[in-house]
Formats: sequence, structure tokens, C-alpha cells
Amino acid sequence: MVEHRPWLTFLTHALLIMGCVIIAFPIYVTFVASTHPLEKITSYFPLLPGGHLIENYRAALTVGSGEVGVTVGRMMLNSAIMAFGITFGKIFISLLAAYAIVYFKFRFRMFFFWLIFITLMLPVEVRILPTYDVAADLKMLDSYPGLIFPLIASATATFLFRQFFMTVPDELCEAVRIDGGGPIRFFFDILVPMSRTSIAALFVILFIYGWHQYLWPLIVTNDEKYYTLLIGIKRMLDVGEGQADWQIIMASTMLAMIPPVLVVIFMQKQFVKGMTETEK
Amino acid sequence: MADVNLKDVYKTFGNNEVIHGISCDMKDGEFIVILGPSGCGKSTVLRMIAGLEVITKGEVFIDGEVVNRLEPAERDIAMVFQNYALYPHMTVYKNMAYGLRIRRMPKAEIDKRVQTAAEILELTEFLDRKPRQLSGGQRQRVAMGRCIVREPKVFLFDEPLSNLDAKLRVQMRLEIRKLHEDLKITSIYVTHDQVEAMTLGDRLIVMDNGYAAQVGSPLEVYERPATIFVAGFIGSPAMNFMDVQLSSDGKSVELNGGTHLPLQNEGMPSHAGQTVTLGIRPEHFELSEEGAGRLTLSVDYAEVLGADTLVHGHFVEDETLLTIRLPAIHHFEKKTRLPLSVLSKNLHVFDKESGNRIDT
Repeated sequence: MVEHRPWLTFLTHALLIMGCVIIAFPIYVTFVASTHPLEKITSYFPLLPGGHLIENYRAALTVGSGEVGVTVGRMMLNSAIMAFGITFGKIFISLLAAYAIVYFKFRFRMFFFWLIFITLMLPVEVRILPTYDVAADLKMLDSYPGLIFPLIASATATFLFRQFFMTVPDELCEAVRIDGGGPIRFFFDILVPMSRTSIAALFVILFIYGWHQYLWPLIVTNDEKYYTLLIGIKRMLDVGEGQADWQIIMASTMLAMIPPVLVVIFMQKQFVKGMTETEK
Repeated sequence: MADVNLKDVYKTFGNNEVIHGISCDMKDGEFIVILGPSGCGKSTVLRMIAGLEVITKGEVFIDGEVVNRLEPAERDIAMVFQNYALYPHMTVYKNMAYGLRIRRMPKAEIDKRVQTAAEILELTEFLDRKPRQLSGGQRQRVAMGRCIVREPKVFLFDEPLSNLDAKLRVQMRLEIRKLHEDLKITSIYVTHDQVEAMTLGDRLIVMDNGYAAQVGSPLEVYERPATIFVAGFIGSPAMNFMDVQLSSDGKSVELNGGTHLPLQNEGMPSHAGQTVTLGIRPEHFELSEEGAGRLTLSVDYAEVLGADTLVHGHFVEDETLLTIRLPAIHHFEKKTRLPLSVLSKNLHVFDKESGNRIDT
């Protein structure tokens, strides 16, 4: 790997650049399309950005595409509420579940652990019918809780925190007991702050997971008020014989990409830290 | 500050009894060391006093009050753990203040106590650091600071120096002793290191397999070990043991080769004629042609340590191996014959069956 052969360097760079271009080009096209009026996109597709950037994005955010009946701004808000709800919910529930499994002795502890673990094998798609039935019975269709709650149980995060908690020395727990703290204090004062790098890493993964949810929001929402952005984009395309508002759709697509990108940019440092080191 | 009393304390894990009834009265301000090899249950005893382990049977009193059912926090104790158990995400200051904050002490009082403790332990300049930015010795001090600020009735130490290097260990040992003399708080200290035990303790509890083999001052334990186990555990190199016959009048012992060693005072006529175990410490042999008991050692090899010399060899009369320690530097060839003598008061006689000391 440390050999320095010029042609090898050239080859690796060429490969990487090619990869970047393959990934980046569709995004560039999307961006270009979002800066032109509709007629221009449908007649002769330009390869350079046009002058309708502000106009298109403003239209998307405040008016939306004609058929859907709700603005992209509203849908972004919905997506954000769902994504943050899922992220914080998952982290909180997983922390508590892992805490229970690692630190408390109760009947069938291992049984519950394996039960949680097995759900790893059951993604939303597999259990979507029963989940829908339960959500309907609980009157959670067309609501934020309906968007969030069925998705906040996370075996992956629980497992991750369990593994982390098991590396925390027992003496810390005992030191807190001697210092006069109970289980709640130990959890909030010691365990949660110690897990913060893992939490940050999970935050990035889970936010993107939540933001990109498609199937569940599609099924659980009928009221446009609760559409998330990803469903909204799909709905904008369902125009039948009519003409889709491509410039608005492309602008919405660009907007849909921004929050995950921002999360990655701002949390990058903590993310890498959480993946590679633990504070001890 | 308080007395700590153990009354016939037992501990069972599942069906496995690990502590078989320990009793000890520790006086206010005393420094008690629980000493024993690993796995003898010494940490378990400490953890029962701390309240981290349930007491299966018996009672633990702190300051005259039965604490069996009290939570660790309610027992008013403070503990230093082997790995220090500092809270890694808190600064030194917060580590020390945490216990006080939980107890809702006013901020000004917390600050005063932390500053005072930091001064005593020379930690003032490190108060804003995180534990991982400190050296082992400094972490150790923070762990002690966390205890000092609490001003508890009892300090508990669980092998606090075993993670430090040898030089630092000596230094911290002295500091712990000094701290104890300043604060006069009842302290219970668990260790497997006999040097720590001898230097720190006012009294030792020597533990053997879940039993308290002997409770006494360091010198008592050294000079009059109660069992073969204690005799062999205390002292380095370990005591030499050999099976010997008591003479018919009980006034001397006869070694395998026929050598007679006279016993102190009247000897032990009650055990006359019995086979017993004789113990002699390596440092109690003297190189001399004269003296009451004369032995001849054939040298196998000698280790020159500088301050003294360890000679490993066997008696000429039989093959009993033994180690002796002579002051200053000696160079001996293999098979050199050394004339040795031992004073009567340095002979320890133990019952062969029970291992208990037979007193003269």
C-alpha cells in the first residue's frame, strides 16, 4: 500500500473522480433543473444553471405544486418533526432499554434481551400490516404520534448501548451509590454523559433514517397536512395526463437533501469520534 | 468518626459460603488493614461493610447502629476503589463535589470543602482537569479527595495502591498514613501487600479462605503468628517449615537429623513426644559456631541483594530445604557448609493437624 507508482496513483485518482462524477452529476442536473422555468426544462434541457433559482424555491416553499395542496415548507416541517421525533425517541428508548438490561436483575432478562434482538430481523416492511392495524386502533392515523411512535423502537441502538454499558466499570455504579445517588441519578449524571459520543453517532444515522422514511408515512397519512416531503415529491409526480411541475419538484428534491447534509456536516466530528473512541 | 463492629458475619453466594463468620471490633480512629491472598474474601468483607454486598448472616455496626439494611449512602462511609472509579466526564472539582451536591449541601460549603481537600492533597492546580488528563498518582489522590470532602464516619480502601508503580506506591502509602493521622477517621484498608499492611495498619485482620486467621497488631502478627498460614504469609522470604519431634520432656525439639533445638521457658510438656511443625524465619538464623541450637546448612545457591544475602540450601543431616537471610554481602560456593544458630525465642511451634500455634 505504501508503494508509490505514478500510474497507480493516477488510476486510483481517476477511479475516485469517476465515482464522484457518477454520484454528483444527477444532483447537479437536479440543481440545474430547479433553476429554470418549466418550459425550458421540458423543451431543451440546459446544462448550466438558469436565473429562476429564487423564484422556484420560493414557489416551492410557499405555494407548492398545484396538485398536492400543501406547501413544501409545511412538508419539510412534517419531515423534520418526524425525523427528530424518531431520532430522539429511538435514542431515549434504547438508552432506557439497554440500562434495564445491563444494570437491573429481573425475571426473564435474557428473554427480553433476545426478544429485542430478534426484532432486528423484522424491519418495518415485514410488520407493516399489524403495525397499521394497531396504529388505526389507537387512532393514530394522520397524526404526528402515528408517524413517530411505530418507528421508535430500535434493536440496533439498544444493542449498541448495551455493549457500551457493559464496558462501563461496575465501580462507577458503586461509587454513585456511596455518593448517595440512586439509579436515576446514575443514569442521567453518569451513563448518559459518558455515552454522548455514541449518542452523537447514532443521532446522525437515525436522523437520516427518519428523514428518509417513505413507506410508513405513505401508509399512515391520508391528510395532506401530515405529508412528509418524500411523499410530497412522489405525489407531485402523480399528475396523470397533466404536466408535472418539474422545476418545483427539483427544487423540493434539493430542499429534501439539505437537512441530512447539514446534520452530517455539523455532526461529522462527533460522528467519527463516536465510531472510533469511547471516553474512559 | 465511629466504631465499626462485625459480629459473626457470613456471606454466601448461591450455595457457596465464602465468609465463614468474622468478628472484629474496630475502635474509633483506628486504621485496620484486612490482609490476605487473592480470593480469600477480604474485598467481600469490605463490600459488606460498605453496603455493596448483602450480609447473609451476622451484623455490622457502624457507630453502634446496625447497618445491615441501610443503603451505602445512608451508612455515612466513603470508599476508594482499586481502579479509582472517577467519573470520567467530570472535572476533578465536580468529581469531588458530586457526593456533596447529591446531598444538597449549600454551594459555598461545597466549595470550601473541595478547596480544603484539594489543598491537603496538592490538587488545587488540577481542579479543572478531567481524570484522563491526570497521572495514576493524581487520580488516586482525587479518589481520596472525593472521600475526604464527605467527612464520613468511616473510610474504606479497596486495594487502592495496586495500580501504581512501586515508587509511587511507597509515596502514596506514606501520604495515606499521614492523612489518617491528621483526620483520625476510622479506616478499613484491604490489601494483599504485606508491606502496606505492616506499615499502615494499627491492627491487621489476616484472612485465610473466608476465615479471620488472626487479628492483631502488625508486630503481634509477625512475632506470634496464630497459624501456619499467617506465619507463612507474613514475612518475605516466607518462613521455613519443617516437621520435628518434641522431646519426651517437651523442652526441646528434635530435627530429622537428630539435632536438638531447645525451646523457650518451660517448653511444652503437654505436647511431649508429638510430631509438630516448626517454623523459623529466614532472618532469624545467625551465622555462628556457638549458640544454643546448632545447625549446618549446605548451600545450594546464594542471591546477593546488596543490603543482605538470601541463601537457599538444605540441612546436611536431611534434605529439608530452607532459605536464610544474612545481613551484608556474602559470596558462598555451592556445597559450602554454614554453621547456623537460632535463638529459642525465634522458634515457632504449630500443631501439625490444625495448623494452630502451640504456645510455650
